[in-house]
Amino acid sequence: MTPFDRSLREGFSLLRRHGGADPMPALREAAFARFAELGLPTTESEDWKYTSLAALAEMDFVPAEAKADIAEELLQGLWTPPVDGSIQVVFVDGHHRPELSSPAWSSGGSFIGSLRAALAHNRDLVARELARHADFRRDALTALNTAFIEDGAFIHLPAGAAPQSPIHLLFLSTASRGATLSHPRNLIVAGRGSQATVVETYAGPPEATYFTNAVTEVVLDEGARLDHYKLQQESERAFHIALLQVSHGRDSRFNSHSLALGATLARNDVRALFAAEGSECTLNGLYMADGKQHLDNRTLIDHKSPRCTSRELYKGVLDGHSRGVFSGRVLVREDAQKTDARQINKNLLLSEGAVVDTKPQLEIFADDVKCAHGAAVGELDEDALFYLRSRGLGREAARSLLTYAFASEMVDLIPLAPLRTRVRELVTSRLPDRESLREAA
Amino acid sequence: MTDPMLRIRNLRARVADKEILRGIDLEVGAGEVHAIMGPNGSGKSTLAQVLAGRETYAVTEGEVLYQGQDLLALSPEERAVAGVFMAFQYPVEIPGVGNLYFLRTALNAVRKRRGEEELDAMDFLAFAREKMKLVAMDESFTGRSVNEGFSGGEKKRNEIFQMAVLDPRLAILDETDSGLDIDALRIVANGVNSLRSPDRAMIVITHYQRLLEYVVPDRVHVMDNGRIARSGDRRLALELEEKGYALVQEPPAARSGGETRR
Ligand SMILES: Nc1ncnc2c1ncn2[C@@H]1O[C@H](COP(=O)(O)OP(=O)(O)OP(=O)(O)O)[C@@H](O)[C@H]1O
Ligand SMILES: [Mg+2]
Repeated sequence: MTPFDRSLREGFSLLRRHGGADPMPALREAAFARFAELGLPTTESEDWKYTSLAALAEMDFVPAEAKADIAEELLQGLWTPPVDGSIQVVFVDGHHRPELSSPAWSSGGSFIGSLRAALAHNRDLVARELARHADFRRDALTALNTAFIEDGAFIHLPAGAAPQSPIHLLFLSTASRGATLSHPRNLIVAGRGSQATVVETYAGPPEATYFTNAVTEVVLDEGARLDHYKLQQESERAFHIALLQVSHGRDSRFNSHSLALGATLARNDVRALFAAEGSECTLNGLYMADGKQHLDNRTLIDHKSPRCTSRELYKGVLDGHSRGVFSGRVLVREDAQKTDARQINKNLLLSEGAVVDTKPQLEIFADDVKCAHGAAVGELDEDALFYLRSRGLGREAARSLLTYAFASEMVDLIPLAPLRTRVRELVTSRLPDRESLREAA
Repeated sequence: MTDPMLRIRNLRARVADKEILRGIDLEVGAGEVHAIMGPNGSGKSTLAQVLAGRETYAVTEGEVLYQGQDLLALSPEERAVAGVFMAFQYPVEIPGVGNLYFLRTALNAVRKRRGEEELDAMDFLAFAREKMKLVAMDESFTGRSVNEGFSGGEKKRNEIFQMAVLDPRLAILDETDSGLDIDALRIVANGVNSLRSPDRAMIVITHYQRLLEYVVPDRVHVMDNGRIARSGDRRLALELEEKGYALVQEPPAARSGGETRR
């Protein structure tokens, strides 16, 4: 048994013991049993070919305090509400912290708050969707998350609801008593014709070691529209594994922007299922790694129904001895006529030591479809570098500017202006000559 | 005696094992305009690029003094801030980098070095507008990425615009006249002429006598096979126009020898 397995077992029996009021013991037990069968994936498995969890298996995690202190600076640095009245739900080490959050928001049947609170008050609504979309039988880390569900965000938008402000879900880790492990579990249920913008931010103090294993389920009813942003800014020693599972109802739209900057090892899965006709999804991603970071991005777009459109653009910037992975699968099933799918992955390698594995996969079983995909790996253009330098820009400034130009395409795709500014700052803060880039855009 | 603006002595440069510049000697004084002509592949752009600091080319011999200082010891950006400017034969497209932002960053690097105050976005815009008039460049270019989607002629004008903004001491224009229509040629030539000054030197690389009617050179040099095969005054350009490069070319037998020099 690995140290990781041991700490899981201890953690699970602890949960069982104080779980007298546990609203879903059966789900928990089934998921834990499934995890025990599957075990932590190894690189033998096709899904984890490029990402080894061996370092994680050696980790010994301690249970987090329920009320760990959180440094004010950390909070401040992470989020300034971009829009007046923005709705913020904060979790520290997986526990909801009402005192740091906006008051639970419920108006006209909408609910924005913690999953635990929702389970207590509106159990049926949660139970109807929770764990129905992210399949724990298939995926060990999802099983693990499901077994350890304690809290997370629950957003319910009834038909036609459209909160004006973005909803910010902030997940902080403190690692206050040693390496901690949290399993945030989020559920977003968007009713007919509803609309919202949700931002998930994951972060922790510099140099802290911890493991975040998050699952977010998104259920879109007919005509619903969700803009989803994920800002992964975990500490440089953290492990981060997450699944975003989206089920599209008819004529629904989902836009995802994933920004992966932090963690020593991160794996971000996004899966969209077109369960009914006429929907659209856009998956955008930017991953920027240096040092020894390993950032794995995995996407699946399942065109199960006709007349759906998917657009995917992921870009990677890899420096130092980092490694990036993009593995994107677009599956066009037999019935999915009139599918329009496009997938692109582009990578910029900034150093000799950086590596990227890119694996775009297009599997088409329908005949009347429009599909394209492509992948590229390149370095900074020497001619462009020389051009900039010949006009007086220093080498680092020129490299930073060209790198920014590559990444900024993803920033410019963010429609929400305050968020775009925020993401631009995050992106430039990763470049060597950030000073000179302040006004680049 | 004061140093000339530029003094090149026995400059040799190569790419991999191919020698491209095979012993260049050239002196350009302040206030002078020199034209360099010569057949395709004779090494004109290579000379321009070596002067601007392109690392693709290894200098194997010789020296280059710019205002008395060792130019070859400087990085491309150090040369730029010291006042060297090269207008590219093939200006590079840089998607995602704003034309004006880039130029302001460049100008501020130069100004800092000269001990002048940096310009903020507003002041720079006013200043840049002035200079754009010089090359009749449309305002719409300010909002675009560096050279991206510019036509051939627009790229060349952009080079002259950049030169006007950066105000160099030594300007090397590599075929800035190629690909320009008749009007644009006149505009660019006027731009160049207006930048002619006693404290600036210019090297104008061209294939066409036509440009030299507008920008009258003090000296004309003809490169062939990595060397300056002949130098003269502006009449040399006219003579070339008439007789072609056979005028300067070594007979084929001598070319492979590599050591013969007239
Ligand atoms: N990076 C390089 N790698 C290999 N060969 C090169 C390189 N740069 C230049 N050359 C070669 O060196 C020679 C001189 O090239 P250069 O571009 O300097 O000629 P040029 O005189 O400017 O010609 P043109 O009038 O066509 O612009 C050519 O044979 C060219 O192919
Ligand atoms: Mg040339």
